[in-house]
Amino acid sequence: MNKIQTIIDKEWAEVFKNRLVLFTIAFMPLMFTALPLIFLYVLGKEVGNDASDLPPQFLQLCGEQLTGGECFQVFLVNQFLLLFMMMPLMIPVVISAYSIVGEKTTRCLEPLLATPITTAELIVGKGLAAAIPAIGATWAGFAVFAVGARLMVSNPLVYVRLVDPMWLMAIGIVGPLMAVAAINVSIIVSSRVSDPRVAEQVSMVIMLPLLATFFAQLAGVILVNMQFMMLAAGVLLLIDVGLVVLGVRLFQRETILTKWK
Amino acid sequence: MIQIRNLTKKFGGLTAVDNLTLDVKEGEVFGFLGPNGAGKTTTVRMLTCLVGPTSGQATVNGLQVGRDDTAIRRSVGILTETPGLYDRLSAEKNLTIFANLYEVKDVAGQVEKVLRLLGLWDRRDDLAGNFSKGMKQKLAICRALLHEPRVLFLDEPTSGLDPEAAKLVRDFIEDIKEHGRTIFLCTHNLDEADRLCDRIGVIKQRLLTVDTPANLRNRLFGRTVVFHLRYADESTLALVRGLPFIKNAQRVDNKIVAGLDDPEAHNPAIVRALVETGADVQFVGELKHSLEDVYLALMANN
Repeated sequence: MNKIQTIIDKEWAEVFKNRLVLFTIAFMPLMFTALPLIFLYVLGKEVGNDASDLPPQFLQLCGEQLTGGECFQVFLVNQFLLLFMMMPLMIPVVISAYSIVGEKTTRCLEPLLATPITTAELIVGKGLAAAIPAIGATWAGFAVFAVGARLMVSNPLVYVRLVDPMWLMAIGIVGPLMAVAAINVSIIVSSRVSDPRVAEQVSMVIMLPLLATFFAQLAGVILVNMQFMMLAAGVLLLIDVGLVVLGVRLFQRETILTKWK
Repeated sequence: MIQIRNLTKKFGGLTAVDNLTLDVKEGEVFGFLGPNGAGKTTTVRMLTCLVGPTSGQATVNGLQVGRDDTAIRRSVGILTETPGLYDRLSAEKNLTIFANLYEVKDVAGQVEKVLRLLGLWDRRDDLAGNFSKGMKQKLAICRALLHEPRVLFLDEPTSGLDPEAAKLVRDFIEDIKEHGRTIFLCTHNLDEADRLCDRIGVIKQRLLTVDTPANLRNRLFGRTVVFHLRYADESTLALVRGLPFIKNAQRVDNKIVAGLDDPEAHNPAIVRALVETGADVQFVGELKHSLEDVYLALMANN
């Protein structure tokens, strides 16, 4: 077994025994997958034609092929899909906060750092241990949503707008980029605190841009479309590079042993 | 086995280890003594490549610190100040993880071997978090031995253990000493150092002294012999003081306490002189200064 695999195995064996972590990882995908499906199911039965509350640019995107009610259905489910993007942010934060701060407080890091593992192997192992469940849950949740939506939506054009290239890009590319950012924010925060709950709560600051996007779209200030998603991916990539550099600098043996509080 | 030359570690303006030069021989148990904050743990961390030295050089097992760090980590075992175990994992799982990280070939076999060695095999499925302090320490020692390291760094191995657990750990150190491993032992326990170590280094940022426990005592206090007599008075004391090889002597009740360099050579002459003057010699014994006396004297001088 290589060392990265060993670290992943250790992280999962240790962290998933924590009920709070397990609950977060299991409950969140269930909730975020079920909510848009429930809305689709409820709205699917009572799709009216009233779309007067929708932001005009969104209405424009729907075109003439969808009724006002169907457009409203797409808009509402889109909001939930934005919340769906919380998963690649929250799950890694919870895992790495408990893993890193937990190891720090129980002084498990020093024996681990004394092994012949390289810093890169250690950080990649820990990062993957946090990212794989997050990305896996996001992708699995979206797959369930896609199948469920196909069964619940009567107009195929509504389905095409729900499972469109923008959301595939969001789930497939932006999600993992968000997970990388979340892991590094968690490492940075974990290096400064000694309680996993504090690390988790402070690291949740990473969700603010996503929540801002959610409310801005709800208020009609912005429209989350393909251009927006591409821009988000580009900005996230830059942020990730910066955070990875900072995270790696903080995750050096000497820094951990002498500077982490 | 370990060669240290002018090793210095500074944290900002604070010098943790100052210009340390030291050699530890193969198969030796080397005790590293010093008060809290003296630089013992920092030295161990430098030698195990956990922190880099500010200046100076060190080699461990022929490998150079700063250049061959991964190879050094592969060849040494370390027992850190706290056991640092994964409490939610079983004893066996804890060791399996580290056996994989140390690239042990027969992971299951080696884990079983060290668990049996320390008497933990029957508790292998128990969570480490449910272990007593002594058992946790034993498990941490198992972890340090997994990859059969030639050099073992033990940082306060009996700290916080009850006397029974501490004895068990000490007995085990004596046992692995017999297997020819080099052991670098940081300890506050002077009695432990006295019993286990071939040589002792005393550090307080810089190295104050290095020698065998016996030589340290002799260097600081010389050797002292106590002659128990049925009756002793000032004339008996004057007789002993008059002998040319006696450095100092005093009378305590019916005992004459004499300082001299080579008791093995001169004790018969002293006994003869005492008997010739009619003194009844009941016992002759050497007064051993404790390592604590040596340590406190060194600290007071520095």
